[in-house]
Amino acid sequence: MSGIIGKKVRMTQIFTEDGTVIPVTVVQAGPCYVTQVKTVDADGYAAVQVGFEEKKEKNTPKPLQGHFKKAGVNNLRYIREFPLREGENLKPGDQLGVDQFSVGDTVVVTGTSKGKGFQGVMKRHGFSGANKTHGQSDRWRAPGSLGQSSWPSRVFKGLKMAGRTGNRRVTLPSARIAQIDTERNLLFITGALPGSVNSVLEIKKI
Amino acid sequence: MDLINTVTANQLRTDIPEFKAGDTLRVHVRVIEGEKERIQIFEGVCIKRKGSGVHETFTVHKVSNGIGVERVFPLHSPRLAKIERLRVGRVRRAKLYYLRNLRGKAARIQEK
Repeated sequence: MSGIIGKKVRMTQIFTEDGTVIPVTVVQAGPCYVTQVKTVDADGYAAVQVGFEEKKEKNTPKPLQGHFKKAGVNNLRYIREFPLREGENLKPGDQLGVDQFSVGDTVVVTGTSKGKGFQGVMKRHGFSGANKTHGQSDRWRAPGSLGQSSWPSRVFKGLKMAGRTGNRRVTLPSARIAQIDTERNLLFITGALPGSVNSVLEIKKI
Repeated sequence: MDLINTVTANQLRTDIPEFKAGDTLRVHVRVIEGEKERIQIFEGVCIKRKGSGVHETFTVHKVSNGIGVERVFPLHSPRLAKIERLRVGRVRRAKLYYLRNLRGKAARIQEK
């Protein structure tokens, strides 16, 4: 298992030895605890359930308290599941830290993107908009035609239109780990990551 | 925000002299050409300092062969060999963008 739950801190930059600047996002990752190990026999698939960030008992529903007690860990705020690879031996209560990663690793980062509200087609789908000149007025950002005429006499399902944008699960397929701070449980991942500051991220090694 | 400053603190350079906008600087830049490394000097007036912490930058403006040239340097870049403060200017702005529109005598800055 090479996965961890983290919280986005904010972006900064790192200088390499030759002076090149690497833009990085700092992620407060872990320590995470294994709360449950799912097996093919019992659950139909192999996975490991991981929790992150302690919370108070009064904020934890009773059924969850029992779940954590069974695993022998404190009450945790965020729970995520990661696939378990063959030959990996984890048991409930195990602690996972950033030390499972090493500098240079390629990771998959999943998070919830920033919500943008109701947006037009140019921002939402990258439409090019229309001319500002040539007799046009107030149609610069319009989507254009929605389809044909008497056939089909309707708008096809799934046509790209304006609507709620962002605030959805986004997976970044390949980011690289530029630096690791095992003391403070920090990962420095190259580039921008989905979501706002303090949003929860799942980081998986491929 | 504090956390970021703590983790980037080890990248900050301590050998940077004190300077601000209006000062005349001589910046020694390490240039790597293939295998060789040499020092290139860029001399001009610092027209702004921008940002804080590890991503602070400064802009140096000079007039080269009648053409205005500006270069932005990351303050804490390891590529900077040395910064020399040649003159301390007396200016009343933090950002000296007005210098771009001035030529010759008008573009002088009083020394402190």
